[in-house]
Amino acid sequence: MSESLLRVDQLVKNFEIHALRGARRVKRVVQAVSGVSFTVDRGHTLGIVGESGSGKTTVGRLIMQLLSPTSGSVFFDGRDLSTLKIEEMRLLRRRLQIVFQDPFASLDPKMTVGASIAEPLTVQKEPGNHSERVTELLELVGLAADHARRFPHEFSGGQRQRVGIARALALNPSLIVLDEPVSALDVSIQAGVVNLFCDLQARLGMSYVFIAHDLSVVRHIADRVAVMYLGKIMEIGPKDAVYEHPTHPYTVALLSAVPVPNPTTERSRHRIMLEGDVPSPVDPPSGCRFRTRCWKAQGICAEQEPDLVLRSTGQYSACHFPE
Amino acid sequence: MAESVLSIRDLHVTFDTPLGELQAVRGVDLDISPGELMGVVGESGSGKSVTFLAAMGLLPPRARVTGSVLLDGEELVGANHRRLRSIRGRLMSMIFQDPLSALNPVHRVGAQISEMLQSHQKKMSNKEAASRSVELLDLVGIPQPSDRALQYPHEFSGGMRQRVVIAMAIANNPKVLIADEPTTALDVTVQAQILEVIQRVQEKFGTAVVLITHDLGVIARVASRVNVMYAGRNIERGEVDAIFDHSSHPYTRGLLNSLPRMGVDRLEPITGFPPNMLLPPTGCGFSPRCQFSKPECDASLPNLRSYGDLETACIRVEEIFSQLATKS
Repeated sequence: MSESLLRVDQLVKNFEIHALRGARRVKRVVQAVSGVSFTVDRGHTLGIVGESGSGKTTVGRLIMQLLSPTSGSVFFDGRDLSTLKIEEMRLLRRRLQIVFQDPFASLDPKMTVGASIAEPLTVQKEPGNHSERVTELLELVGLAADHARRFPHEFSGGQRQRVGIARALALNPSLIVLDEPVSALDVSIQAGVVNLFCDLQARLGMSYVFIAHDLSVVRHIADRVAVMYLGKIMEIGPKDAVYEHPTHPYTVALLSAVPVPNPTTERSRHRIMLEGDVPSPVDPPSGCRFRTRCWKAQGICAEQEPDLVLRSTGQYSACHFPE
Repeated sequence: MAESVLSIRDLHVTFDTPLGELQAVRGVDLDISPGELMGVVGESGSGKSVTFLAAMGLLPPRARVTGSVLLDGEELVGANHRRLRSIRGRLMSMIFQDPLSALNPVHRVGAQISEMLQSHQKKMSNKEAASRSVELLDLVGIPQPSDRALQYPHEFSGGMRQRVVIAMAIANNPKVLIADEPTTALDVTVQAQILEVIQRVQEKFGTAVVLITHDLGVIARVASRVNVMYAGRNIERGEVDAIFDHSSHPYTRGLLNSLPRMGVDRLEPITGFPPNMLLPPTGCGFSPRCQFSKPECDASLPNLRSYGDLETACIRVEEIFSQLATKS
């Protein structure tokens, strides 16, 4: 088997925070990501879904080496990124790019859009005519060449997100981490950006890690899906298996909580209502992290952490009592 | 149809800005019947929030509001501040997206609910208010309500805070509860809980609920009637099933087609973007983005009219449908 483009192995990220215990400041550890492993093949899309605090964004930043892992490794094209020297990593960044959620915060308001898109070309000392490349990139993302002279404030949210995408594409990356790239956009605009991601992948063949809380968008765009909860993967596998035959109770509950735009379906649906909120990642439950909200939980769930096990429908899930 | 509890007629809201007059709401008509759950759907800038902020008298003084808002027959546009204060929280309440900014961080949540009760029911004793607060917290599904009433907002999670805000909003058993994107900041599993609380309030007390949201899934789950807004106007309304099954306005259809759903390989976005409300189009607001647009669409502002079991503001709806029928 040929090596996957991206392999994430037992990734752990803890953040130290200072909490107040009465008047005293104490050090606490937030376990943002606790042992996450997955692979992404060339030209494929892995969707990562989860609620707030699930660690999905941290995983994206660890892949990008914007954060360094507490333990575990990220292998890109067979190379362990944590062993690379700064200069080697700088060169490798050509192939590894990210698009952020907020198209308002991720562009410099004082730079023209053309200069923002050309910046990675300059930083990486790319030879050739940069302004031609900028024009090409703008057209690739559905904007016009004369947009290069304008400033971010002259653009709508959807257009700005397209600028962010053009910038990420500038150096022909092989992997793009998309961190909630459409959640700030209105639905009628969102659809165009989602289509753009699909078209670009068909044309340029890059891989995506698509991080989102919107399950229906992920279903549309991903080949495989990982469902995260409190820093761990609960279920991972081909999207049809995960969406049509979810085996982890959390996936089942999550899918049943998402409202679908069809009143007839909504009325006839059996809904699983989860109690309470996601527990604090400072003090996650023992054993299975989902057990405190799980209707199937038994003694073993508190004692023993379930491993990801291959199910007959083709996905892996971490549950003692799978569906 | 039963007499409406809240009736909005020809509501206009304009803001004076340094760049000119921003026409946020341009002639909205809405009727809410007692006890119904009405969904108001629209994208950013469609005027959906501003319409109800105007109804509540919560807009800043630089906003100019004209038209009529009748709450149980009483005119609210131009009513004095004293009167509005006595209405807000008693006859009509509003909850927002961010529950933390609706709560006072330095007061216990129980005390904040008591304040809401006593400011409208002057004769209520402190003891009575406190016990009523605990009852309300229990009603909105907060476990151990008597202990939780003594806690501060920061000790609550996002979903629990939204429950507290709902408890405050329904404390005086209002006739109308306006919920402006109440679940947008919440995770889906928590969103499901909050929607259930809102439905429970509506069913138990017969409160009319206006649910403002951009999420068509939320509308499909809880609303019985839907109002679709675009560019400061309502452009389509009807029963929820009719809207989702056979919407008539090209914007509503476009909105539904742009959603990712089963068995669809390619999404159909709406081209272009919403109009600049400093210079809104003279005719149909959606015309610049509409694939069916003809010159007559830009001639004058279209009003809502009956079309089958819906009301639509598209003047070419018959033509469009016969076109679609011949094509397929």
